[in-house]
Amino acid sequence: MTTTAAGHRHMDRYEQEHDSYEALPGLMRLMSGDEKHGPAATSTLDALWVLYDQVLRVDPATADAPGRDRFLLSKGHGPMAYYAVLAAKGFVPAGWLPGFGSYDSPLGHHPDRVLVPGAEIGSGSLGHGLPIAVGTALGLRAQGLDDPHVWVLVGDAELDEGSNHEAIAYAGPAGLDRLHTVVIDNSSASWALPGGIARRFEAAGWSAATVDGRDHEALYAAFTAPHPGRPRVVVARVEPKDA
Amino acid sequence: MDSMRERFAPVVSRLLDEDPRVAVVLAEIGLAGFEEALRRHPDRVINVGIREQLLIGAGAGLALTGLRPVVHTFASFLVERPFEQIKLDLGHQDVGAVLVSAAASFDWPAGGFTHMSPGDVALLDTLDGWTVHVPGHPDEAETLLRHAVAAHDDKVYVRLSDQSNARPRPVDGSRLRTVREGRAGVVVAVGPLLDPVLAATEGLDVTVLYATTVRPLDPAALRRATDTAGTDVVLVEPYLAGTSTSAVNDALAHLPHRVLGLGVGRRELRRYGGVDEHMRAHGLDARTLRERITGFLGVREEPVREGPVREEPVGEEPGARARV
Repeated sequence: MTTTAAGHRHMDRYEQEHDSYEALPGLMRLMSGDEKHGPAATSTLDALWVLYDQVLRVDPATADAPGRDRFLLSKGHGPMAYYAVLAAKGFVPAGWLPGFGSYDSPLGHHPDRVLVPGAEIGSGSLGHGLPIAVGTALGLRAQGLDDPHVWVLVGDAELDEGSNHEAIAYAGPAGLDRLHTVVIDNSSASWALPGGIARRFEAAGWSAATVDGRDHEALYAAFTAPHPGRPRVVVARVEPKDA
Repeated sequence: MDSMRERFAPVVSRLLDEDPRVAVVLAEIGLAGFEEALRRHPDRVINVGIREQLLIGAGAGLALTGLRPVVHTFASFLVERPFEQIKLDLGHQDVGAVLVSAAASFDWPAGGFTHMSPGDVALLDTLDGWTVHVPGHPDEAETLLRHAVAAHDDKVYVRLSDQSNARPRPVDGSRLRTVREGRAGVVVAVGPLLDPVLAATEGLDVTVLYATTVRPLDPAALRRATDTAGTDVVLVEPYLAGTSTSAVNDALAHLPHRVLGLGVGRRELRRYGGVDEHMRAHGLDARTLRERITGFLGVREEPVREGPVREEPVGEEPGARARV
């Protein structure tokens, strides 16, 4: 991942007109070509926006800085909201969006970190982001980089993957308090976790909160609540996938 | 003599002292060897428990922050169980790691097939850009581990086995080494199979090349060997028979040539017992190797006696032999 001078120029040019929540539907329209978007694409939109707008300490100028916060999109399918937010924040030019999924576009239907400025991981196959985020948190700690926070976004059905259970069960007892997971819960798992998602994390020693995934103030409060000595999960509930 | 596996923790513990980039990731197996290192480097010796998908994923995360992860467990759990993590968390993310396995194809036959991994190198062959070291002696393992860790951010697999040759050879982490020169064929012996191959080819007019780095498989040395020994090549590998056949074919693509791939058979034996018994069962003992090598190459004992002594090819498996 590199931050180019061209990227900064795009930032200058697009920042004024695109850096707002209200601009996101227009940016997504550049990819989808219509007014409606699949639930997979929009379920993440508000959580992503609150993170990039108010929480994550990273911007195009610091996208390679060792001390930046890391955001790992594990739920790599339906990445239009992600690309829209990256465009709004100047990581990628809005001019890339109309090419979404085409041969010459760096923006695929699953993101590739090698092609997308600002993308910390390539994703698409479910269950990979959270284990990688665990390693990222461990790597930062081992280098004395105690300031950066590591965020990973997963879907509720994605939690079915056993690799996530390995990561959840390890991160709690290991006390990885720089690690944060956002679970977008649109009730898409065929076999939902009995007792709810947050309890699964709490049982493994995580700090947990469940909030309305469309409520920006609630998301912000949950994202920024202190959780000393423990990793943090925020379950962001949105309308059911099939509703 | 210690085993390669016993050499692993002391060598990597020293690397942890020497290089602040190095981190070790374990899944319980091998942890005892790192007790002292864990005290000295508590943040760079990481045990994730019995979680092999997390093992590779966490290693990838460490690499993304700029560290050089050394990831270790038995080959079956390191390469086979979390194979998609190797493909995506390392390969697709474009980061590297040093994967170090133990148990090899049948280091612990009494443990059964769950602890055997004859397919590890063949699996890595489906991926791009992996360097594969197969040391044949603990001293070589030490050298190759150091090469692997020092290889910037490369993806490197080091296959440690309890099977070993009697003495070490100089290894450099890349080239094939000529151990014996002859005119009637080339035999490539990989890692711990050098001693059986040397015993099997005693008195035969063949070139023996020793490979401890099999990916890439030093095509230049292979081509040079065929200048005097001809273009019949026998591969003797301690993992699935024929694993490196395509690498030899690629190296000799410009020449008519024949390749016989010997190694561990694909069929599951469902036998316990000892290493020697499994070596015989797979035809990797010196006597059987000699029969198969002489049969393929058509070479005779030296010095040449009166009258042709044509030995029959023995035990060739369909598909292990390629005529190009």
